[in-house]
Amino acid sequence: MGAYILRRLLIAIPSLLGISLILFVVLALAPGDPFGELAANPNVPPEVRAALRLKFGLDDPIFTRYLRWLWAMLHGDWGFSFASRVNVDTLILQRLPTTLFVVGSSQILALLVAVPVGLYAARRPYSLADQVANTLAFVGFSLPTFFTGLLFILLFSIKLGWLPFVYQANLPGTGLAWAWESVRQAIMPVAVLGFFQAASYTRYVRASALDVARLDYVTTARAKGLTEGTVTRRHIARNALIPVVTLVALQIPAVFGGAIVTEQIFRIPGIGSLLIDAMLANDTPVVMAVTFVFAGLVVLFNLVADLLYGWLDPRIALR
Amino acid sequence: MDERDLRGLIGRVKSGELSRRGFVQRMLAVGLSAPLAGLMLADNGVAMAADLRAAYKPAKAGGGGALRLLWWQAPTLINPHFAIGTKDQEASRIFYEPLAAWDPDGNLVPVLAAEIPSKENGGLAADGRSVVWKIKPGVTWHDGKPLTADDLVFTWEYARDPATAAVTIGSYKDCKVEKVDDLSIRILFDKPTPYWSDAFVGTVGMVIPKHLFSAYTGAKSRDAPQNLAPVGTGPYRFLEFRPGDIVRGERNPTYHLPNRPYFDSVEMKGGGDAVSAARAVLQTGEYDYAWNLLVEDEVLKRLETGGKGRVDVVYGGKLEFLLLNTTDPNVEVDGERSSLKTKHPAFSDPKVCHAMNLLVDRKSIQDYIYGRTGRATANSVNGPERFVSKTTRYAFDPAKANALLDEAGWAKGSDGIRAKDGKRLKLLFQTSINAPRQKTQAIIKQAAAKAGIEIELKSVTGSVFFSSDTANPDTFPHFYADMEMYAISMTQADPSTWLLQYVSWEAATKENKWQGRNIARWRNADYDAAYKAAQAELDPVKRAALLIKANDLAVSENILPLVHRAEVSGVSATLVAPRSGWDNDLSFLPEWSREA
Repeated sequence: MGAYILRRLLIAIPSLLGISLILFVVLALAPGDPFGELAANPNVPPEVRAALRLKFGLDDPIFTRYLRWLWAMLHGDWGFSFASRVNVDTLILQRLPTTLFVVGSSQILALLVAVPVGLYAARRPYSLADQVANTLAFVGFSLPTFFTGLLFILLFSIKLGWLPFVYQANLPGTGLAWAWESVRQAIMPVAVLGFFQAASYTRYVRASALDVARLDYVTTARAKGLTEGTVTRRHIARNALIPVVTLVALQIPAVFGGAIVTEQIFRIPGIGSLLIDAMLANDTPVVMAVTFVFAGLVVLFNLVADLLYGWLDPRIALR
Repeated sequence: MDERDLRGLIGRVKSGELSRRGFVQRMLAVGLSAPLAGLMLADNGVAMAADLRAAYKPAKAGGGGALRLLWWQAPTLINPHFAIGTKDQEASRIFYEPLAAWDPDGNLVPVLAAEIPSKENGGLAADGRSVVWKIKPGVTWHDGKPLTADDLVFTWEYARDPATAAVTIGSYKDCKVEKVDDLSIRILFDKPTPYWSDAFVGTVGMVIPKHLFSAYTGAKSRDAPQNLAPVGTGPYRFLEFRPGDIVRGERNPTYHLPNRPYFDSVEMKGGGDAVSAARAVLQTGEYDYAWNLLVEDEVLKRLETGGKGRVDVVYGGKLEFLLLNTTDPNVEVDGERSSLKTKHPAFSDPKVCHAMNLLVDRKSIQDYIYGRTGRATANSVNGPERFVSKTTRYAFDPAKANALLDEAGWAKGSDGIRAKDGKRLKLLFQTSINAPRQKTQAIIKQAAAKAGIEIELKSVTGSVFFSSDTANPDTFPHFYADMEMYAISMTQADPSTWLLQYVSWEAATKENKWQGRNIARWRNADYDAAYKAAQAELDPVKRAALLIKANDLAVSENILPLVHRAEVSGVSATLVAPRSGWDNDLSFLPEWSREA
């Protein structure tokens, strides 16, 4: 086991290096200039832009810049944002709690919906309940979040006026009123993300429950005279959820990475909106840090998923 | 009315007995134009401040609750001298203030200054080489320290140091600032400077505190904690800033203007897109003010029916224009296309330029595309009023255009396209991707086709078109096309920097890495002469005449102004928000209040 983890971690190093090199080169080749906006302002002399480019080392060859970035990253220095003139880690840490709260809650909501619905649908395949669950799941993951998000805004904010559509990371105030406000503003984004995720989870839960339900030990359990509820809960669900657990583990990086589109629509100051703003402003250090950390998390949680799988299902041996 | 009566009237305006508007009306009655009357007042040290500040109703400071501002581009830093975009300037303006601000008519209003320097009060030197600003006494920084001349001298030293890499360096590098006494400074110029009100004024003029920034000048400037936590003199004190998300402030109880500010707290939320920002103010009323609504007027009208807010339009110096290349974009000389060594086959002939000008249907562009958010214009300089040419005209006249092209020797071929010396009149017309621009392109292409000009349209993504990448041939300064269209803003209430974009020595070339401002590469000796004369002319009326002449020359050939575009904002129905197109949206934030 220890040797396996070590081997996997060693393999991760070249893949992360490769990822960072590709990201850096693509960003360097992309058109745009972090100080481009200054070019259109007649009061800013061109020398200022040149001085800024020099100061941030933008005129050096790509490879030199890459090595400099890599060296700093190895020392734990994530870089310095051109647009905000602060350290990138400060920016990221400032936004992480919001993303964890919103995307994390949506994942929990997704599981709360998907597991019962999936198991219930699998109990009587092709019954009316199953058909309804299937159709909804299909609709759910066919509708992109930018569409459902706008739909929710039009309905709940504009037509009905129930919910605000501008999210505030730290609302001023305390007490119950504050807690209620915080929940109220999170309802729409969490619902949009949660239902989208729930739709695909539902299909996984249903499929894997159907597979398990056909196995001999389930028939044995039924033959022993156990009630249908006990069979589903104790015998089917436990084994059927093994693939779902790994699926959830693979989704964890997304919880940290944020949801770009949804964050933009609801103005949630999370990692996703930081990434998109940084891209629009050509703020390379921020884009590099966010994408690279995301890549690192994906690699790490792939390993975690594999380990979890082996632990939950002893039939699978890791070598 | 003789000179004595006139002086008497000016005196009454000064003492506040007669309103500025009242004065202008009297002048109109005796046959003087409004801009000229304005100039007379400005020359005598009377600005419009009285009118703008007189409209403020609340009788005490505070009690207004929260003011909620929505900026669809979020501020990323709050140091006015590092502001990359308007968003950062606006966020800074909540906390920092300049000596004076520009009002909607392009006149100076004192903010931190005790008065606007003039010849009358001895502020302006007769030779135009120096100006003395007096600072308002009793102004304190948010941390309680007094504002003194040292802070201004420091601001100048800070901004002019190339190692600081301040974006405002252009306004400070060519002057010298010295302390006269604790509450006054003298700005010295090395040559007579008629436009003396650049440093310490408006968007570039925000004063920063010496006692907090002095340890962070030059290369160390980026480490200053105040870059993210400003301490200024403004109406609101800093509470919280999250880059790219939100800025929060609370009422400054020791603010230097009486009974101001009205609101107890202010919040500037950023991010999202312009349409939903308009929605949050006009339809749901979640926010009080939405900045820069780059949304088609039709959509705005629909949102406005909600009744929660209104669309507010002010005009500054933003101009949408069309450039006709004077050089040949299809011939490469020394590794450069559109080189000064070439001549455009068609647009080097003024007749073809005139014809093209007659083929642009500005009225339709205004009516069908920009609506309330722009007005058709034939001028490059569209304000302040005293610099606007009255003699220029625009017209849409395909028949006359056809005649001009015939005259110029471009004869229609069998396919209806004109040709001369075996060259077909086929032009490449580029702009950035933006719905109104593509519609404008279509209108021009259609009209040109009727006159036998074939136009090929090209649209480039904004991030490429407006980048300064010297290796990319699709940027606007490269101008590797026959025609191009975009907008830039005249950010000061004085056209001298703006008109620099048509002087011959500013032509964009490979040699200056396409950083020259003259993109059309239009070169005209008369223009250069008028521009240079205006730079040294100290008499405001004569100088205005020279600048107007420069404008008229510029728009007579290769530069085709199209639309004077407005600064469009969404304002809550209850909010009173005076603002100026010549300064930041928040330049008059202390005057903002709410009406029941």
